[in-house]
Amino acid sequence: MSKRTIIPFGPQHPVLPEPIHLDLVLEDEKVVEAIPKIGFIHRGLERLVEKKDFLDFVYVAERICGICSFIHGLTYCVALEQIMKIEVPPRSQYLRTIWSELSRIHSHLMWLGLIADAFGFESLFMHCWRLRENILDIIEETTGGRVIFGSAKIGGVRKDIAEDKLAEIVAKLGIYEREIREITNVFIKDSSVKHRLVGVGVLTKDEVYKLGAVGPTLRASGVAMDMRKLGYAAYNKINFEPIVETSGDSYSRCQVRIRELFQSIDIIRQCVSKIEEGPIEAAVTGLPNGEFFARTEQPRGEVIYYAKADGTRFLKRLRVRTPTFANLPALIKMLKGCELADVPVLVLTIDPCISCTER
Amino acid sequence: MIEEQKIIKILVGDLPKKSEEFYCGGFRLAQICCAQLDEGWELSYSFDNNFEFVSLRFFVNSIESVIPSISHIYWSSFIYENEIADLFGLKFKDIAIDYKGSFYRTQVKQPFSRPKQKKPEAK
Repeated sequence: MSKRTIIPFGPQHPVLPEPIHLDLVLEDEKVVEAIPKIGFIHRGLERLVEKKDFLDFVYVAERICGICSFIHGLTYCVALEQIMKIEVPPRSQYLRTIWSELSRIHSHLMWLGLIADAFGFESLFMHCWRLRENILDIIEETTGGRVIFGSAKIGGVRKDIAEDKLAEIVAKLGIYEREIREITNVFIKDSSVKHRLVGVGVLTKDEVYKLGAVGPTLRASGVAMDMRKLGYAAYNKINFEPIVETSGDSYSRCQVRIRELFQSIDIIRQCVSKIEEGPIEAAVTGLPNGEFFARTEQPRGEVIYYAKADGTRFLKRLRVRTPTFANLPALIKMLKGCELADVPVLVLTIDPCISCTER
Repeated sequence: MIEEQKIIKILVGDLPKKSEEFYCGGFRLAQICCAQLDEGWELSYSFDNNFEFVSLRFFVNSIESVIPSISHIYWSSFIYENEIADLFGLKFKDIAIDYKGSFYRTQVKQPFSRPKQKKPEAK
């Protein structure tokens, strides 16, 4: 029997932008067990809801994550709107969809850059992040912020996008789409990229489903589950199907995210062609009383906001189940049996967002 | 309403049996949530199968109550159970991977179990 060694991985590690710790049990170079630990930056924001007015808490929800900030705010709003039975105007539903998809594009481009950096393809990393800047510019032009949009509110959105601006966004996305295709072709075709991703960290369809994984991690193993199909925001008026791959390896997880980039651009085009004139917010009257589990699709997968209200301005409980948290068991399974050198890449393939997880 | 959501109230002792029924029915474990109410702790175990979202709910009124782990049915439940144990101080029996309070490295132990702060006056 080989000698067993325990290697501490993280919370500070060159490949980890945020702190998570893994105890890796090795036999020679092979990982036989991985035990994660989190909580290094736990903020307890869920508890803050008990002393923050439910209308103001949208700002806190947006600050749970710096990447999918808008979708956090949106999901919180969806939970409260369902409890309070607020009819959100159609125009704001389309605007919510557009900002959600812009978030997905910039998140996936950021991830592509990070994974390229993890396997040492520096120029690819820089190109991905250069393209991501273009998307952040659109977000800044339409919301005023690059990280925190501040545009979600209960009952609608705070800001409108003028018709000429929407046309300009579509025109710009046409240019960026060509550039993104050029860069993502490297991920799909380059032999050095394939060498690091193909057949690494395989999870079967049955395994990944039973592990409760979500998002691209789940869809890369052949499960067609995408919370956008629930029809929140304007997704019930958009034609799209979940992006699914079947190999269940790191390459498939990468392919799903690449194909979702183009799907998001298509969804934005559909939104711009279908968006209706009208108000962007509905009046919020009364106080919330009831409970709801709001589910939306973030770039990393399904996020669940459970809100429980008792008819006062302060919620009884807000619980946020983030996609990274749900993907941790899948990460443990995929690390088992891998080579030590593949650990950084495998950790990145679930696109971990510890900021969300440490809400 | 975006989706119909069903909540089934059960007793804590029925949790493993009911969870097994969901497992056999092809449901995945979507989340486990604990809410500290005035009278005790309310736990909700949510399962999903092709957008059918069902939650099992039970109530425990003592911090000393021991909740059976469902990690022998849904292995992934161990992260939720450890989270609730670390944040609220509730006890779970037979968790597949029991961190014994070290899953969350928080400076304040069981930060969500502290007495609730007084709600501020509404403006």
